[in-house]
Amino acid sequence: MKQLFVKMRGVEQPLHGQWKEGHDQVEVNGLDYSIDTFPFDLPTAGTVFGTLLNYKKEYERLAPKMNEAPYNAPPKAPILYVKPINTLLAHQLPIPLPTGYEEVTVGATIGLVIGRRATRLSKEEALSYVKGYTLVNDVSLPHESVHRPAVKEKARDGFCPIGPWIVAHDESMNPNDWTITVRINGEVKQTIRTNELIRNVETLLEEVTDFMTLSEGDVLLIGVEGDLPVARANDLVTIDCPAIGTLENRVMEEKVIKEVYV
Amino acid sequence: MRRARVIYKGAVVEAYEHERGLRLADGRIVTEDEVEWLPPVQPQTIFTLGLNYADHAAELSFEAPKEPLVFLKGPNTLVGHKGETRRPNDVTFMHYECELAVVIGKSGKQIKAERAYDYVAGYTVVNDYALRDYLENYYRPNLRVKNRDACTPIGPWFVPKHHVEDPMNLTLRTYINGDVKQEGSTRDMVFSIPELIEHLSSFMTLNEGDLILTGTPKGSVDTKVGDVVVTEVEGIGALENTIVGDESFHRS
Repeated sequence: MKQLFVKMRGVEQPLHGQWKEGHDQVEVNGLDYSIDTFPFDLPTAGTVFGTLLNYKKEYERLAPKMNEAPYNAPPKAPILYVKPINTLLAHQLPIPLPTGYEEVTVGATIGLVIGRRATRLSKEEALSYVKGYTLVNDVSLPHESVHRPAVKEKARDGFCPIGPWIVAHDESMNPNDWTITVRINGEVKQTIRTNELIRNVETLLEEVTDFMTLSEGDVLLIGVEGDLPVARANDLVTIDCPAIGTLENRVMEEKVIKEVYV
Repeated sequence: MRRARVIYKGAVVEAYEHERGLRLADGRIVTEDEVEWLPPVQPQTIFTLGLNYADHAAELSFEAPKEPLVFLKGPNTLVGHKGETRRPNDVTFMHYECELAVVIGKSGKQIKAERAYDYVAGYTVVNDYALRDYLENYYRPNLRVKNRDACTPIGPWFVPKHHVEDPMNLTLRTYINGDVKQEGSTRDMVFSIPELIEHLSSFMTLNEGDLILTGTPKGSVDTKVGDVVVTEVEGIGALENTIVGDESFHRS
């Protein structure tokens, strides 16, 4: 049984939940709900930091160019970026496809939710600062170059679905041995194994908190794997990790979403 | 009226300029040395502009960009007036960047430059330090350079926009230990404040409280442990910061 932190739409306080891997029911504050119909809100509230080039396949793809301009050398320290608040989106809400664009890339990843202010952690203690894990879709407009910050590609409204909940960390969990599956309209498009990380979760936390503090509630994304799946208007994107749950959002044209809400 | 956020006697309070120092929101009058200065605003998204002054771009051997070079930083970077910023021992070039910061006053998307100031709440001063030794060519300037704890002093004041006649014509100056090292004017920005607001809001929503750091002119020189660095923007404020070494943090 997984212990959950659940945020329900319209309820300010976070709720306590329980869920058994694979089940389609979730218990929230003692009551059973269908996962399909529960109104999940964004489960996190802090700053979301993404990590670039932290999977072997993603790294190897760029490796032949790393000694050429504009990169000139392989990366040394973790390369991070911010997913600002306008990007954050709850489970089941539509991802806006900006007008004039045909497709987005799906960056399925795990968010480490920080439990207490973390500065200069050692690998050994790192996981004790993690409150839990959530699923994140680090959506982007397709782009090849990673030379300059990809704000225009990665910081669009609704480009960072998070959820459906936070699974509380406990000592039996090993986030370096999980599988993430991406399906588009039900068809498997990508399988990611976290044992393919270049810096595993503990090492990433150690190296990141050496130069910057992660605060309670902040979310550190462990990275996205190369060959990102692509989604177009009306595609249903499902990100599944048996240890955490399922995050699902449909891509919809921005102008259609406007009509839905107005 | 220029206003600040300070800690006085263990509590966070709003404070205003006063002839004898500061007037706290509860009426108490205190001197500037009696308080700890906090960042005057608590932003959500912090936008930063690289190479937004042509003379600074040339100084770093770059051409001024054709489109704003934008990156984002987190709230861990902010530290108040009279704060300290760490210079690691292995760094050979750490320079200040005196910048005018724009505080967004209301949310908007696809804002036209002509209406941009309607979305501005006011201004403050930042010093956006860069530790050039840590630069890497991936999402450059990478966060190890620009997102370090306390690497972005901010303050001392938040200045509401109606106190600033023309934000695009303000003198910027940086002093190290009292000597002027950098001098420029906001009129030399490559992309003006209205253009930056139009650009950013063309592809994402700007939110109330967001902060735009508008870039720095030329004159970035190295700083050493013990240096007192003052970044000043005419009419907005003079922001003081002291560089401290690894020893203060018990790092070898």
